[in-house]
Amino acid sequence: MSASTAPQLREVTGPSALGGGRRRFFDLLWLMSVTEFRRIYFGTVLGYLWSLVRPLLLFTVLLFVFTKVVRLGSDVPNYPVLLLLNIVLFTFFSEATQNAVGSVVTQEGVVRKTQFPRLVIPLAVVLTTLFNLGLNLLVVLAFLLAWGVDPSWTWLLVPLPILALIVITTAVSTALSVLYVRFRDTMIIWAVLSQVLFYGTPVIYPIEIVPEQYADIMMINPLVPIFDQIRVWALDPSAPSAVDVAGGVVGLIPAAVVFIGVCAFSVWIFRRDAPRIAELL
Amino acid sequence: MEASTIVAADPATGTAPVAIEVRDVRKSFRIPTHRVDSLKERVVRPFSAGDVRILRALDGVSFDVHRGEFFGIVGRNGSGKSTLLKLLASIYRADGGTIRMAGRLAPFIELGVGFNPELTARENVVLNGVMMGLTPRETKRRIGAVLEFAELEQFADLKLKNYSSGMLVRLAFSVMLQSDADILLIDEVLAVGDASFQQKCADAFRRMKGEGKTIVLVTHDMGTVEEYCHRAMLIDGGRIRLLGDPAEVGRRYTRLNFEREAADGEGPPGESKQVRFLDAAALDASGERVDGYDTGGDVRLRFSFQALADLENVGVACMLADANGVPVFEFGSKVRGRDGSPRVRAGERFAVRVRFDNRLTPGRYFVHCGVTRTDLGTVLLHVHNAVDFVVSGRRANGIVRLDHEVSGEVEGAA
Repeated sequence: MSASTAPQLREVTGPSALGGGRRRFFDLLWLMSVTEFRRIYFGTVLGYLWSLVRPLLLFTVLLFVFTKVVRLGSDVPNYPVLLLLNIVLFTFFSEATQNAVGSVVTQEGVVRKTQFPRLVIPLAVVLTTLFNLGLNLLVVLAFLLAWGVDPSWTWLLVPLPILALIVITTAVSTALSVLYVRFRDTMIIWAVLSQVLFYGTPVIYPIEIVPEQYADIMMINPLVPIFDQIRVWALDPSAPSAVDVAGGVVGLIPAAVVFIGVCAFSVWIFRRDAPRIAELL
Repeated sequence: MEASTIVAADPATGTAPVAIEVRDVRKSFRIPTHRVDSLKERVVRPFSAGDVRILRALDGVSFDVHRGEFFGIVGRNGSGKSTLLKLLASIYRADGGTIRMAGRLAPFIELGVGFNPELTARENVVLNGVMMGLTPRETKRRIGAVLEFAELEQFADLKLKNYSSGMLVRLAFSVMLQSDADILLIDEVLAVGDASFQQKCADAFRRMKGEGKTIVLVTHDMGTVEEYCHRAMLIDGGRIRLLGDPAEVGRRYTRLNFEREAADGEGPPGESKQVRFLDAAALDASGERVDGYDTGGDVRLRFSFQALADLENVGVACMLADANGVPVFEFGSKVRGRDGSPRVRAGERFAVRVRFDNRLTPGRYFVHCGVTRTDLGTVLLHVHNAVDFVVSGRRANGIVRLDHEVSGEVEGAA
């Protein structure tokens, strides 16, 4: 062993949110998500079906309630398809965020003993749920075609609001996972908050039945324009678009500010806490 | 001076390039005396910074480890040694100072390794490999070798939560060995596992030493340090107390332990008003200190004390126990004074020696001893873990292997 072949001394800076090379980051992210996905869906008897059964069950109950009991949905075109689509989308958001809350703490053993980019943990949770969303959307698509909704060129635009949904889900998940390390009641608070969001987002009802003064307040929630726009582009071009509901492009600014604010907060808090997670656990 | 011969036999040390460079590293932890774990408490008392106690775990530590060196770090619990290792492993971030490293670092191993208990051994090995920076394909190629060394092939698809602790350590050790890294950090891993696994570790260490790997070992087992390490470092209170010859570090460490125990005043100190415990040693036939014995030979132990007052009818009683604390057998002796009378004068030293055939199965054993008044039955001094030793040899179940004759044959007519 000659000195010339000796590896160079490099500074060790400790753990961080990213760091350690891009390839390793993505390898690790992919591997963790796939492993987790397999664990959840191959470890149980019904496997993947479980992830489908849950939204379908909720869908059936709500469909019954809102078409036979409350009759809220009877006037809405393609209401059952809209309901199913919305439930699948919202399930993605709530499942990803709620699983992410405890993710870093659950992985305590690994975090405290291994050096790797910490951001991988919440991201893997989101990615696992995203696999699920992909599969569920295929079911929704089959349902949509079977229901007789005509394909439209605007379907090509649907990935845009879905991407926005993925981004906000990721931001919220990341922030929650690191907040939970410091505040153990984050989980309870978030469980309640996501219930509030479920009703504060046009999931089970169409946005146009909300009285205008409340609709304005609701527009602060960035999920509202996202869900509304998906509906317009996927199912019902006659429904009011996000811009219509907001009363012009200016009306979308609060939602955009909240959206960007959440993302910025998430980046800030995770970068700040990532190096110290192992100590705080 | 066994240690110096090892150094001489290894030309890599001393002249070799630096593999780990630590300069003035500091690390403190904020310990909330009243932990703010919930949002409510934070809202009620938003800036209750007064409740935080700063614990200075490392206070300006600097040293170099050379390539191919086997470097030991010893210290009592809470001395900062594990914090230092976690800084080296990039699990914690230092408050100040720099750490520089040359080469790839193996996964850091310690008790209760960084595995996910919900996943199988196979999945964990792949994950661990990728965390180290291997590609998933490379790790998948190595799985076979890892599981083979750990002797866990038939448990590859079992979730780790169903593993025994011994199996976990074997897996962790094997992952580390197969990682093909340049630098290995090891925390207390040799203290666990059965004798045959310890033997396997020992062989692996010797091989790595031969291959010129850099190994940093944190332990409080001085036997390991003296046996393997080229140099050792004693840490206490977040500072380096001594860096150098392992045997010297070992002596200082032992002394530090006794000083502290006496000062702590908690538990049985090595001293009472009447008697002071001086030393206990495991010895070989020629009277040299040893760490362990092979099965089948003799075990020789010596316990030395000093009388601090005039004593009468003193005896020493000892209990040998295995690593689980199960008593194996007891022995003891009265102490005769210089003139044959049962009197020991203040200041006089006395020792009890015992020799027995080693019928113990491989493992680690501890001896507790007590000084008693044989006539009154009162205990003058009790010393917990006065000495411990390791028995190595062929693995066997049970605590002892008694002399026996055994045969098997067909009996009677068909």
